[in-house]
Amino acid sequence: MTETIAFPQGPIGHVSGRGLVLRGDDIDTDRIIPARFLKCVSFEALGEQAFADDRKELAGEHPFDQAVHQGASILVVNDNFGCGSSREHAPQALMRWGIRAVLGVSYAEIFQGNCLALGIPCATATPDQIRALQDAVAVDPTAEWTLDLQALTFSDGSTSQTISLASGSLDMLRTGQWDATGQLVARDVELTRTMAALPYLNGF
Amino acid sequence: MSSGTLYDKVWDLHCVADLPGGATQLFIGLHLIHEVTSPQAFAALDEKGLPVRCPERTVATVDHIVPTISQERPFSDPMAEEMLSTLERNCARHGITLNGLGSGRQGIVHVIAPELGFTQPGMTVACGDSHTSTHGAFGAIAFGIGTSQVRDVLASQSLAISKLKVRRIWVGNRLTDGVFAKDLILHVIRTLGVKAGVGYAYEFAGPAIEVLSMEERMTLCNMAIEGGARCGYVNPDQITFDYLKGRAEAPVADIWDRAVAWWSSLASNDDATFDDEIHFDAAAIAPTVTWGITPGQGIGVDERVPVSEQLDPADRPIAEEAYRYMDLAPGQPIEGVPVDVCFIGSCTNGRLSDLQAAAAVARGRHVAEGIKAFVVPGSEQVARAAIKEGLDEVFREAGFEWREPGCSMCLAMNPDRLEGSQISASSSNRNFKGRQGSASGRTLLMSPAMVAAAAIAGRVSDVRQLS
Repeated sequence: MTETIAFPQGPIGHVSGRGLVLRGDDIDTDRIIPARFLKCVSFEALGEQAFADDRKELAGEHPFDQAVHQGASILVVNDNFGCGSSREHAPQALMRWGIRAVLGVSYAEIFQGNCLALGIPCATATPDQIRALQDAVAVDPTAEWTLDLQALTFSDGSTSQTISLASGSLDMLRTGQWDATGQLVARDVELTRTMAALPYLNGF
Repeated sequence: MSSGTLYDKVWDLHCVADLPGGATQLFIGLHLIHEVTSPQAFAALDEKGLPVRCPERTVATVDHIVPTISQERPFSDPMAEEMLSTLERNCARHGITLNGLGSGRQGIVHVIAPELGFTQPGMTVACGDSHTSTHGAFGAIAFGIGTSQVRDVLASQSLAISKLKVRRIWVGNRLTDGVFAKDLILHVIRTLGVKAGVGYAYEFAGPAIEVLSMEERMTLCNMAIEGGARCGYVNPDQITFDYLKGRAEAPVADIWDRAVAWWSSLASNDDATFDDEIHFDAAAIAPTVTWGITPGQGIGVDERVPVSEQLDPADRPIAEEAYRYMDLAPGQPIEGVPVDVCFIGSCTNGRLSDLQAAAAVARGRHVAEGIKAFVVPGSEQVARAAIKEGLDEVFREAGFEWREPGCSMCLAMNPDRLEGSQISASSSNRNFKGRQGSASGRTLLMSPAMVAAAAIAGRVSDVRQLS
């Protein structure tokens, strides 16, 4: 179930795969990856630990444990997903479990930024659309869905809904510039100019 | 769109470039790191073959994983030991100052950077920790980032990020006796909800804010993130300058006067425009306690757990989940709920004034039988100052344990944790399911004085009733 598909790389025009529904508002990053699993110096093992406590509580009935959902890659959530801690371990755990895109009503900002830095689109739709899509995805867990970042749709051939992405994220994903390090390092002349004008770096 | 606010001014000064894709490259004036969210960032830097751009602008400490009983090395937990030694290695290799255990400067990252004078008005502050919003108390733009962004700041001293809108939270009147900044922020989050702040920076302003001490302002801004706002701030004023003067890393001599002049110029203009504004009345706020599993599920200590029908339909499913998880009945008074563990500490409420407020309640009283109560100072400096005042003795005599500095039971990445379905009265910031280390552990958030009152009574109590 982990790392069966490659991690995101380069421009991302669409994400295709089976959908997986996780219902509930305000699902925080402590639930996505409990703090005890942050005791690590590498992200590698996190896929197995995604939603560890919720999965234990549901004893095999959690969507991440159900056989039918193994290999799914598009997570459909509700409102304010990923709130709480800034831990990138949360999107890392989801990515290493197999998630390559998230669709929901809204996200906590830091979580969304962390997903973007990994090349995982966080798409949004209205609460009504999300409810309808969650039902559609749940009806047939084997259906293949496509989150299309060009057409801005989420569809399985028969059901299709319009989705949104923050314009900055959308361009960065489409052009492959979501891995920002290179761009930031390249503008060192501008950086030096900014630093030279900051009072607190220059004796006020 | 906001204009003339502190947020706008500080943002503009730190803009390096507009990036293709619409984000802004923002210079980061102060980068704080710790052992949990930095190892993978350093590894990624190595992978890319990049050096640290400004090692002198990154400050490191160790806080999340340190034990609070014995801090002797090596730690008994080998993974905790490996995380600290990895941080030590990375800092030494890249020329970054590590304020380590026993240095006299170690502590929770959001406690030490202000008390050492690193955090100053007008800076941009980033750290791989969501409670970085704390530093906004000084009139800085301060926010949490993920590990990939920690890598970016190490590599370029900047971030690709988009500007937020600004909402002014205007608080009139004054907080009353027994009501603290913690109660104010829990009240704000309870009123606006946990996601109202998404997309916003919160400016806290008004008469009730202007009289808050710096430590109270830190408590307030610390929990802006719990209301969804990635950063919160207070305009710098004389209280800010008085706090900073004489701190180890603060400007000195004639530079000090120039610094104060510049800092003063950063405050939001009288004619600043905000994207949104919401008013609160400080005098109407009671000591506030959370009853549920999000920081927005708070009530006054004199109120009852809300019944589902009173709530907005959108809030009912999570309320139902909270009744079950917390084992609290709708309509039940929160006052009188028995607790098992009482925790005073964390980046929200682990500073000297927090310990003083709790000690004032504990002095001459005793923790109720069967209650485990402990106090964890936020830093080595806080511990020293508290001991100098004899607060450690006050707490010990009252039956509290006095511990070594660290994040402790706020998030249980160290030996301090709840067991089974224990219920804690906690001065920390999150009451999420499982947050305090047990998958069925329960957390009631409140001020340090209220935690002390709960410890004495063995149940949630109104600190205002203790004379």
